[in-house]
Amino acid sequence: MLQDQIALVTGASRGIGAAIAQALGRNGAVVIGTATSEAGAEQITQALQAAGIKGQGLALDVNNTEQIDAVIDQIAKSYGDIGILVNNAGITRDTLLMRMKEDDWDAVISTNLSSVYRLSQAVMRPMMKARQGRIISISSIVGHTGNAGQVNYAAAKAGVSGFTKSLAAELGSRGVTVNCVAPGFIDTDMTRELPEKVRDDLLAKIPLGKLGHVDDIAAAVVFLASPSAAYITGETLHVNGGMYMA
Amino acid sequence: MSDIEQRVKKIVSEQLGANEADVKNESSFVDDLGADSLDTVELVMALEEEFDCEIPDEEAEKITTVQQAIDYVSANLK
Repeated sequence: MLQDQIALVTGASRGIGAAIAQALGRNGAVVIGTATSEAGAEQITQALQAAGIKGQGLALDVNNTEQIDAVIDQIAKSYGDIGILVNNAGITRDTLLMRMKEDDWDAVISTNLSSVYRLSQAVMRPMMKARQGRIISISSIVGHTGNAGQVNYAAAKAGVSGFTKSLAAELGSRGVTVNCVAPGFIDTDMTRELPEKVRDDLLAKIPLGKLGHVDDIAAAVVFLASPSAAYITGETLHVNGGMYMA
Repeated sequence: MSDIEQRVKKIVSEQLGANEADVKNESSFVDDLGADSLDTVELVMALEEEFDCEIPDEEAEKITTVQQAIDYVSANLK
């Protein structure tokens, strides 16, 4: 379905990003996954090889524009132009606003929102020339519902949604679609850190009665990347078991 | 026609999908050749690539016709 397409997935060493990398690869894409450390990059390379997927892991700090340019250059030389960008890298620095340090705010905005600006800008030119391309950002249910203790994370994720709609309007005439996938409560390292009481309360709010799996998110990304989704742009696809119905 | 003029016109016609014969010196990208805002940005980027130069945004804004593009490139080519 995605034969010979080149996909770049940020934050691909574990969790949702790792599942997205695998799913895109299973559908025929060449996958380049990034991680913040060399060890993470190596882990991605091995996971891709083990699954027989063409591509590799690369170390990248999505806060660093020079590194981004270098990585895009390297991908262009080794594989070709990126046709699918998945902005997945993200961090949390949860705390109540009363206690939040400016550094907690800045780090989350930079990694979760400004990185989407940096990476989208870095890959859009070849997409515009090719008159096709997919930019898919992983936002969050929290960007739509809000969540106590996550003003930074929720603001960044809501920002990604506004960014997506605006860029979709800019690039529509060039055949490039720009969309979000908004996960609900997915079973990952990030959500395993939550206290049990919080987890139980959240579960009670999910009509489907269980946590989401990373593959549920990956499937939504594959769909948006596929030719079947060519007429969908500026949209957020919520994958949350009914926890929030847009 | 000078070499620069020829190269500029070729790029304009390629970028805007216009017939080369329709690309005249006095042609306005937007009014005569049907460019939208994204087209004009792409056009400037294509000129930068072709002539290996960087056109600052405030200069790029002033380039709205084929002649203005030729003049800018002629004046600033290394």
